[in-house]
This record gives sequence, structure tokens and C-alpha cells, in this order.
Amino acid sequence: MAPDPLVRVTGLRKTFGTRRVLDGVALDVRAGEAVALLGPNGAGKTTLLKILATLVRPTRGAAAIGGQDCARRPEDVRRLIGLVAHGAHVYEDLTALENLRFWAALWGLRLPASDLAAALADVELERHAGERVRTFSEGMRRRLSLARFVFARPRVLLLDEPFAGLDQRARKWLEEYLQAFKAGGGAIVMATHSFGRELAIADRLAILVAGRIALDTPRAALTSDDVQRLYALHTENGS
Amino acid sequence: MTYARRAWAVVWKDLLVERRSKETLNALFFFSLLLLFVFQFTLGPDRERLAAVLPGLLWLGFILSGLLGLGRTFLVERENDCWEGLLLAPGDKSAIYVGKLAGNLLLMLVVEAVLVAMFVVFFNVDVGGVWPGLALVIVLGTIGFAAVGTLFAAMTAQVRARELLFPVLLLPVQVPILLATVKATEAVLLGEPLAAVADWLKLLVAADLIYVVVGVLTFEFVLEG
Repeated sequence: MAPDPLVRVTGLRKTFGTRRVLDGVALDVRAGEAVALLGPNGAGKTTLLKILATLVRPTRGAAAIGGQDCARRPEDVRRLIGLVAHGAHVYEDLTALENLRFWAALWGLRLPASDLAAALADVELERHAGERVRTFSEGMRRRLSLARFVFARPRVLLLDEPFAGLDQRARKWLEEYLQAFKAGGGAIVMATHSFGRELAIADRLAILVAGRIALDTPRAALTSDDVQRLYALHTENGS
Repeated sequence: MTYARRAWAVVWKDLLVERRSKETLNALFFFSLLLLFVFQFTLGPDRERLAAVLPGLLWLGFILSGLLGLGRTFLVERENDCWEGLLLAPGDKSAIYVGKLAGNLLLMLVVEAVLVAMFVVFFNVDVGGVWPGLALVIVLGTIGFAAVGTLFAAMTAQVRARELLFPVLLLPVQVPILLATVKATEAVLLGEPLAAVADWLKLLVAADLIYVVVGVLTFEFVLEG
């Protein structure tokens, strides 16, 4: 029997005022699996990620991570997730090492300096440990944001446009990082507008259109052209 | 211990950010200096008038500079969505409030110490014999002011009209604190013993306790929005 999915979304609906942003979304993501959420602006990708991250409560339906309901047990869910969204959750006037030290302490972890240095080395920022984040590129900020998860060890990564603003080297690094995260038994839900090679980390594609999942399909057999064709087909029909 | 360590992490982070950026301290010092110049020009050298209005002026300076400082408390959390990071950190969120409150209290007390020193110089006020009593009143008044100010700064941090809303919400709640601090400061500056203002001090202690406890109990709901 297959193990229970790490992420389970059933009949999820979210309305803001009279606007229905999500409407009956269902999605399962298993350990070691990555799902890419594709869809036009306003399709509900970010809202779905925010519900999974316990930042927004659903109007109807349920979202659960590791068997814990996101709306009813947000504290338990927060111990299982790592969110990388548009803001990198880093303080501009602190150094990379100070940022890590702060987040570790806030999570109640007492880590020696060697562990923090190792976390920075894991994201290839060890040479910049003493530099202020204000001087960092977008890619370095993204890596610093991910460094927090080296010691927090989330089981699910929620990523909103993780490749946006990254150069080729940073993209390659992130792809490898996410592949390693999956290989370690983690699950990934990633919202993206990209049809490029970044989709290679996804095992499944889910196309969201007007708050509904219009297509949920394995990615392995699909070429980039296939993805673009399917995307055009579903978004043009749905919008 | 974890709670105290989490609160200390927030204090350490806020003070480090402030030491590097100096945004709040610089603004508060220049603002205080400006206030003193205005007071000095308005009142002139008349010592009788000065003695009557000094406690009020002192607290007006504290309140106005405090409004400026407290209003900025959570702005640093808006940058790079750090607010989300605080929210997603597992554990009791009131530790974040306690840390923010302690950081604000330290900053405000530094500014207030400088402001008192400038009052002494500008208005030729002798606080030599009354400074322990004056310090006690200032510390008690500042705790209450910072406790509510920190909570309301969090409430209004994500609101568009926060610059307007923050003082409008904060000042009415501060009336008991203001009344007690101005009365107690007046008596202390006139050389009366602390026992003479014991009722005002008790009111300050009670208000401080209530405001801090309310802040600790409600901060999680404020942060969650």
C-alpha cells in the first residue's frame, strides 16, 4: 500500500469578498515528489501556497501537511514546512551568519557556530558569512533563505517562483538543491511561470485555471513544447 | 529557557539592526533637539512659567519621540517579508512581543536620558537631588507606553494609513499613564518625597502590569492578522 501523501488538498475553496480564487482544488503530493503549479496570473497558485503555509485560511475544504490540518493545527504544520516566497525572510542590515543565528534562535535551536557555518557552506555562502545581506544578489538571498532549512529540516518545501531573478549558475545550483531535497524524502510544491529546464525537477504538473486544477499530469514524458501546448490549450479554454 | 532565548534573539536582532542603520536613533535625537529649541524659544527665561510646564513638556517630548520610534518597530519586518518568517517560526509568538518590547524600552530609555540631559542644560533645571525618583517615574511611565505602543505598532504595521492610525489608537489608551507620570514628575521635580506620589506610582505599576499582560496574551492574534 502506498504511504499517505505528505501534502493532501481536498475540495479547497477560497473566496476574497465575492471573488472566488480557489474552487474545489484537490492535490496530493507524496514524499520524494515535486509538483509544479502552472497557471496564468490570478489563477490561485500563490493563494494555494499560502493556505499550505498556514498564512491564509481556506473558506471551505481542507489542506493538510504530514496529516496535520493547515487551518486547525498551524503550529504543527509550521514545523514541517519551509516557505520560500517573494521575500526571502532575511534582514538587510545583518550578515548572512547573523541572519541564520537569529532564525535558529527564534526556532528554539541552540546551534554552535560550526553548525551555522556548515549550513552556509551547504548553500555555498561560506565565503560571504560576514557580509551584510544588503550587498547580496537575488540568488545569494534565495540561497541564504534556503540555508535556514538546513537545520530546520522541513519535510515539505513550498516555493513561489523560486527561479525568478536567478542567473544560470544560481538556477543550476537551485535545481541540484531541490533534487537532493526530493532524494532525501522531502516533497515540493512549486508555483512557477517557467516552462524551461527548471520544470525538470517536477514529477507532476498541475495547471491551475480560474481557481481549478484543469490538468494534473506526470511530467516525465513531456517535452518543453508539450508543456507549452498543454498550457495554451487549458488556459485559453479556461479563461 | 527557550522562551527567554527566543525573546533575547529578537532584542539582539533589533538592536543590531538599529546600531547598523541608526535610522531610529538619529531621527529621535534630531527630533528631540528640535522640540527643545521650540520649547526654549516659546518659554524664554521665565523660571516660574517653566516650573509649571516642565513636567508636561518633558512628557510631551517623550511621547512625541516615542510615537516616532514605536511606529517604526515593525517596519523592519515588512522588508523581505520577514513578518511571514516571524509568523511561521514555531513556538509561542508572545516571545517575539516580549523581545520587541524590551528592544523598544531600551531605545526609548536611551533617548529619554539624553532628552532629560538636554532639558537640564537648556532650561538650567537642577535634578541633582531628585534623579532617583525622576528615573523611577520615567521608567514606569515608559514601560506602559512601550507595552501598548509595541502592540499597536504590530496592529497597524500592515495597514496603509498606519502613520495616522497608530497615534489615534495609542494616545487615548495612554491617558492613565500620562496623567500619572505628569503628576508624579511634577511632584518629584518640586522636591516632594516619593511617598507623596505613592498613589500615582501604584497606578503606573498597575497600568504597566495590565498593558504588558494584555500584550503578551493578544500578540499572537495580532501577528496572525
